Amino acid sequence: MRRDIIEIRWHGRGGQGAITAAKIVAKATFETGFPGVVMVPTFGTERRGAPVFTSLKLSRDRIYDLSPIEHPDIIVVLDHMLLEESDIIKGLKPGGLIVVNTPRPPQAYNFNGMVVAAADVTHLANKAGLPQGVVNSGIIGAFAKASKLTDMDTLIKAIEEEFIGRKPKENARAAIETYEYTVIGGL
Amino acid sequence: MQMIESGNVAAALGVKLSRAQVIAAYPITPQTPLTEKLSEFIEAGDMSAEYIPVESEHSALAVCIASSSAGARSFTATSANGLLYMHEQIHWASGARLPIVMCVVNRGVGAPWTVWNDHQDSMSQRDTGWIQIYANDHQQIIDAVIKAYALAEEVMIPVMVCYDGYLLSHTYMPFDIPDVSLADSFLPPYKPAYCLDPGEPANLNTVTLPDVRDDINGNRAHGYFEIRHLLQQDMIASMDALERIDSRFKTVFGRGGNPFIESYRTDDAEFIAVGIGSLSYHLRDVVDNLRDEGISVGGMSIQLYRPFPYSAVAEALKGCRGIIVFEKALSYGYQGPVCSDIKSALYQHGRQNSHRPFVLNYILGLGGREIVTKDLYDALKLSCTTGPDAPDELRWIGLKI
Repeated sequence: MRRDIIEIRWHGRGGQGAITAAKIVAKATFETGFPGVVMVPTFGTERRGAPVFTSLKLSRDRIYDLSPIEHPDIIVVLDHMLLEESDIIKGLKPGGLIVVNTPRPPQAYNFNGMVVAAADVTHLANKAGLPQGVVNSGIIGAFAKASKLTDMDTLIKAIEEEFIGRKPKENARAAIETYEYTVIGGL
Repeated sequence: MQMIESGNVAAALGVKLSRAQVIAAYPITPQTPLTEKLSEFIEAGDMSAEYIPVESEHSALAVCIASSSAGARSFTATSANGLLYMHEQIHWASGARLPIVMCVVNRGVGAPWTVWNDHQDSMSQRDTGWIQIYANDHQQIIDAVIKAYALAEEVMIPVMVCYDGYLLSHTYMPFDIPDVSLADSFLPPYKPAYCLDPGEPANLNTVTLPDVRDDINGNRAHGYFEIRHLLQQDMIASMDALERIDSRFKTVFGRGGNPFIESYRTDDAEFIAVGIGSLSYHLRDVVDNLRDEGISVGGMSIQLYRPFPYSAVAEALKGCRGIIVFEKALSYGYQGPVCSDIKSALYQHGRQNSHRPFVLNYILGLGGREIVTKDLYDALKLSCTTGPDAPDELRWIGLKI
């Protein structure tokens, strides 16, 4: 019910790292002007591969409501197949943004006036030196380009800190590459 | 230093800053990441403590009882059925007057099995003689752990620091990590007045007779009855100790000042919504919305649940027209435990004055049922507009039956 909160819902599969991606963005946006930030994962009985989501809320003021996001401004989708499996864009505000890891161009999607930012993160991250299927660092680049909520320098730093000892440079490069190749469109 | 981390990490950092010397714990969701983080600190050499893996929660607390009796600052943590498995040792720890600190990462109790949040686990332990502090956010978690050791070691009563499973334990938000040297000056090493010494063997807490008697030196020794009376006296007195410790914490770290209750827009409020933990902060958004509509309502968090800060509660609530208590626990067959305690605290005031506020009780969120902001708003608005005439019955939010 508060209008000052930017609400971003992250959808992925169990084990895909949606929570880690949202955590990295939380840390970066906190540094670049959102002292009110909370990231609230929703836990069910999911196992690896099952659809999962987490709620990231940003504000200049303190956030008290930790309930899951019902009406997001932005939806981030780590696996485009989720768009077909269930109604994950449910509640997205009119004119909202969908950031999606997909091999298809944004024109391939029609979400009634929603903006679609598309990037083949799976391919780009692999090209950056990450194992096949690791997309949670790469998707952050697409998010940054489409949302303009934080700058890439801060994100790169946050990514490298998060992945210390786990290919920090490659993860950062995946985000940079994805930023470069993200196409924004939509009908 | 500000950081963004989970509530479990906030708790672990609090334990590290408190320089706990012995940690014994058994993993249980949603507590697990807290004790995992502590074992990582110890493994990496960032924390000098003995981590004792055990085969059950009962043993975890048994180990802490032993190590605390030997004079070591001791920590454990658990949730739900793990807490209940400790139950016998929980009584023992307070009866033995050991300054153990335990984090309870609140989770619903089975059966049926649940891993999600409510307050039934720790609420059901309220009569065990432990002090219970509830945190509303990550800052309060890390601060409460440090304050809990100061309090426990001053009054020699164990303390539970309770915080919401998942909603706080697994949520990420910013908080400030107290400076290590300031934390050291605030909480010096534990110096027990008495502890076990292999050079002077002793029996502790052996069979204690119903009546007083002389000990082997001819001194009058307490009976069980006296020992229990002293626990009650010291529990009540621990409120003064907590107030002093909280005030000292505020001087050093600049945070605190609300050791018993935390009020939000209550100064002129006709109605006050009461909650515990993250729910009490969630209510603040609803209070703001209703204020915008001209409804004179405020919010209140209960920070300390045992000892129950009856004077502070009565003082804060006696002047309003209505109190609406939102609870994630239930004393089956009666009502929410906080609601009963609030009514009890107001009874004396009501006897002396003709005015007594109405009290409504809502049960919600049991077993992790989602607490929808709109539902809170509807319930609170309805209570403010029709409360005085509403029947005194338990209300359930979001029930689909």
